[in-house]
This record gives sequence, C-alpha cells and structure tokens, in this order.
Amino acid sequence: MAYDSFNVLRSSAVPLPIENVDTDQIIPARFLKATERKGFGDNLFRDWRFDKNDQPKSDFVLNNPTYSGKILVGGKNFGSGSSREHAAWAIYDYGFRCVVSSFFADIFRGNSINVGILPVQVSPEFLHQIFTEIEKDPKAELEISLPEQTITLVSTGASESFQINGYKKHNLLNGFDDIDYLQAMKDEIATFALNR
Amino acid sequence: MSNSPKTLFDKVWDSHVVRQIADGPDVFFIDRHFIHEVTSPVAFLGLEQRGVSVLFPEKTFATADHNTPTINQHLPVEDPLSANQLLQLEKNTSKYGISHWGLGNPKNGIVHVVGPENGITLPGMTIVCGDSHTSTHGAFGAIAFGIGTSEVEMVLSSQCIMQPKPLKMRINVNGQLGKGVTPKDVALYIISKLSTSGATGYFVEYAGDVFENMSMEGRMTVCNLSIEMGARGGMIAPDQTTFDYIHGRELAPKGAEWDRQLAYWKTLKTDPNAVFDKEITFSASDIEPMITYGTNPGMGMGISKQIPIAKDLEGGASTYAKSLDYMGFEENDSMIGKKVDYVFIGSCTNGRIEDFRAFASIIKGRKKADHVTAWVVPGSHVVEAQIHAEGIYDILTEAGFALRQPGCSACLAMNDDKIPAGKYAVSTSNRNFEGRQGPGSRTLLASPLVAAAAAITGVVTDPRQFL
Repeated sequence: MAYDSFNVLRSSAVPLPIENVDTDQIIPARFLKATERKGFGDNLFRDWRFDKNDQPKSDFVLNNPTYSGKILVGGKNFGSGSSREHAAWAIYDYGFRCVVSSFFADIFRGNSINVGILPVQVSPEFLHQIFTEIEKDPKAELEISLPEQTITLVSTGASESFQINGYKKHNLLNGFDDIDYLQAMKDEIATFALNR
Repeated sequence: MSNSPKTLFDKVWDSHVVRQIADGPDVFFIDRHFIHEVTSPVAFLGLEQRGVSVLFPEKTFATADHNTPTINQHLPVEDPLSANQLLQLEKNTSKYGISHWGLGNPKNGIVHVVGPENGITLPGMTIVCGDSHTSTHGAFGAIAFGIGTSEVEMVLSSQCIMQPKPLKMRINVNGQLGKGVTPKDVALYIISKLSTSGATGYFVEYAGDVFENMSMEGRMTVCNLSIEMGARGGMIAPDQTTFDYIHGRELAPKGAEWDRQLAYWKTLKTDPNAVFDKEITFSASDIEPMITYGTNPGMGMGISKQIPIAKDLEGGASTYAKSLDYMGFEENDSMIGKKVDYVFIGSCTNGRIEDFRAFASIIKGRKKADHVTAWVVPGSHVVEAQIHAEGIYDILTEAGFALRQPGCSACLAMNDDKIPAGKYAVSTSNRNFEGRQGPGSRTLLASPLVAAAAAITGVVTDPRQFL
C-alpha cells in the first residue's frame, strides 16, 4: 500500500559517474530533521547541487537541463554509509523511480525497494555502455522491464538481465509492501515469540 | 542438515527465522529494537496511518542522541526542528509504553553506548536500530545491524523484518598488536585492505587472538566499524570477557535466569569445520596507528606511510582525484605534520571510558595546542560520571580541554557541533565522507591516541613518541 506499483519504465537517464556515492551526499544529516516524509527531493545531493549561498552549482548534473528522466545511473558502490531511508525518500521525491549501478550497498538497496524504487544492478561493462551512450546522446533512453527482469539501451538494443527475488518482484509489481505481509502473519509471530 | 557444523552466525540467525519464503527473504524475529529521534518519527506516523499498534513495546528502547546539544542540556533545545523530533520521540514512546531515556535522563547517551552499558545487549540476540552502527552490539555475539525507517515500522508493528540471509565471512587477526595500536587501528586497517564495499553482502565474524585478547569496549569499536567495509554487521564469539562485562548490569539477567542464559551463551561459537563463504587472515604485526586521508573510511593508511598514488589503485581514478582534491592533499604526501584545526573524541565508535583513558594517557601533563579546537564528548552520562570519578576530568581541564555532554555530536553534525568548511578535524568517529562533520569539513579518522597527539601538537603526529 505504501507506493506506486512498478512494471515497465522507459525513460532517459541522469548520469552520475562517481563511485562510492554515500548517503551523506544523497541527503546530508542536517536535512534529516523532518518528522514526515515530505520535501526531501529539494535537498537531494544538496552539497553537490548548491553552493554555500544556496545557489545551484552549474557543473552538477541535476542542474544541467540537458539531462532528465526517471532513472538515475550511478557509479560502483552506490548508497554506501548511513542507513538513513531519507536517502531513498529524497531520490523518490525528486522523481526517480529506478537507480542503476554496477554495485549497491546493502541497506540502501533494501530501503530503495521498500519505498518503491527499483535498484538495477548491471555489469561494469554494461554500466560503461550506458554512460557512453548518454554522453553521445543525453536523451538516450533506457527501458527497464521488471516482469522480464531486463534493462535495455533503446538506441543500440543492448540488453542485460538483472536479479531480484520473486517475493520482492511480486511486491513491486503490485505495490504491496512488507508490512502488509507481516500484519497478515501476526498470530504466527506471536506463537514464535511465546516459544522462544 | 541440523548436524552439520554451523558458524556462530548460523546458530543465531537460524534460531530467529519465523518463516522462510521461497525465492524471498526470511521473516526474521527481533529480540531488541533501539530507536532514536531521527529515524523513528515517520515509522510511528506509518503505524497511525495503517491503524496498527506496537506489538511488543517492552522489546523496544528509545534514547535521544543524534541531534541533541552537547552543552547546556538543561535548557530548551534551540533548534525548533531538533526540538520537535525530541518531542515526537517523547510523545510516541509515551503513547505506546516504550522505555525512553530522553535528554536529561541519567541513562541518556548514544544508543550504541547505553544499550551494552545497561545490560540490554546480550549474546545470541538479534538487535536492530535505524542506524547503521548498530553493528556495535555484535561484540557480544549478537546479530546486530542497521535498518531503514520502513523496517523500524515493521519491527514496531510485528517484531520482525524481512531479510535474506547474508553470506558469511570470517576475518582472522593473529599475533601481538604493537605499541599504540588500538582496536580502532585494527578496524581501519581491515577496511583499508577490503575497501568500503569489500564485505558488502556478508556478515562478518572476527576471530583470532587479537580479538580474544581485546576488551569488550575494544570489540565494540571493531564491530561498530563493520558497516564501513560494507558488511551488514560483524560479531565476535562471547567468552569469559563478555560474561564478566555483562554480569551485574542493571537489565542483565540475574540469579537462576543468569545461569540458564549463560549455559546457552557458552554454546555460541563457530563449530570446528564450519564453512564460511570467504575467509581472510591478517597479521597483527603489520598494523600500525592508522589515519585516513580521503573521503571514505577505506582510504586509510599507517600513519608513517604516504598517500597512495592513483595508478597503484584499482579503478575509480577520477573518483580518487575528486576525493584528494576535496581534502586538499596530493598523492605521495606524508600525513605526518599536516595542520589540524579541530579534534573530536567521542561517538558510538570511540566514546567509551577506555577511549577517554587512552586520550588522557597522552594529554596528561601536557597542553592543548592553542590553535586547536577540541570537542571531548562522552558517549553517555555513565561515561561522563566515570570520567569524573577516575580523575580524567582533572587531566582534561589542566591540559586545556573542556568536557561536553553526551550525544552523537560532531560525528554527523546534526546539532551545532559542526566543523567549518575547509577545516581539518582529527576525529575518533566513523565516517570521513564529504561534509559529514559539517558542510565542507575535512575529516581524518583515527584512534583516541592519534587524536590526543594531534590535539597536543596541532599537527598530525605519530602517538608512539608519547608512549
């Protein structure tokens, strides 16, 4: 119930070819003070995106109108560091529905799925191809099919499959979440707790 | 299967699986849940929106730490957003009957300091918190790791989360640690070898005589930093050191219940011939006092070494260059002698009494360098009281240091304890990410000994000359 369902997404992408993008960059700690899940997109990549006078930095990709889309493509080890789910909220709130990288940090990967973002892990070679294509044509589109578990560069037709477990796939396809699942098995949990 | 040799991790994990989902995660039961003011409010809001309650309020423990001030805690919190988060925590815990050690409570402190110090953290438990350094509690032979806010809501509403079982890695460190080499250095050394993603997907067991001979506080420092190499968590088999630490703590089991649990805890070790997905061994004699030079905890080196040259590293040359540029350092630079503006000792990594004893051992009879601003922040009121009781407070004062009040403080700079842009801080905390300690701040992660040596000399200094 917590988010939109995800099926097939075709969109241009925003490239961020930096490795080890940590969650402190995605959303710095000083913006974690809200008590509601609202407005985090405004501070996505805050210190890379704005200078100390809150003016947009022209050399950062989110401030470059050439690039847009619902897919964020990052370098290896995306989302490392803090467990703050606010990082995934910020990415979602900004308008991204999918993050592509050659490697994700564990907690970030889990948080992303829990808020309705699909993390797509590709090979380093395919990641390189994506960056190259976007460099050639900033409007180059990617098609991500969750039912087929494939990611395709539309311009070249190059395609790769990605992994997601069947349970999480079913959840994302239908917009279900783990809390719904756990609520439905509360009696079993209570019995388990009693027997411990 | 049940007779096959099991790792410590298997034993604890398998006994907490409520249901296995085919081609999906395990429904995983949680014994202890810690919450704080920053990552819990949206979870409580979620409960209300769904109309569900807290299933086992007695298994959740709240403390305020992330955005609390470290001076004048008796006054109202000035920042309205921080004050609101603290108020929400108070309201939410009161509504659902959850234990809450808020600001001003004598048990208040950093969540990963107060849990163990009050006997809440025990061997064989599963422990989670909306904070990645929950891995700290693995020092007791518990499976402990950080979770997101959606999972905080899951634990509140069902005492379970849904997690695939991670792979298993054992990291052995054998031999004798050299002079001035602390648990922090052991951890920073391992991370520098594995990189920040080298253990992603794994749960780590630390083994070998270095960890066997380590105090509980040292083990907590090591397990705390497991996340910085990407691991979900790290754990150490409980032994007599563990049992002695726990015995007599306020919320620890007593009497016959102690005996019953102790018998179980003694079974919590990896069986001979149990198989790990990956095993790595290091030698203690290769480790020297460490310091980081870059913008992730994997970018660390022995304090006497030179900053590596990009072409000698695997991949990511542009990321490496960006990192050194941010720090204002060059390849092949020595760190020794670099100017230090700030020193921070504290955090869930190095905010316990042994850390302040180590710090005091160097500053005793010396003076803080005039240009250095030092923030000395205990991990809890209990640690603060120990600092006074052991005479460390007097040593600090005579050397020109002020003692602040407990909290996460400059580790993540959510309160006013921010390192200014461009300034260098030697910090005993856990992350040197860009802007982690304040926008534009430059962090050098190190042990309390290295922090003390820098505070005295005003430059990066090998602490061994003072020992």
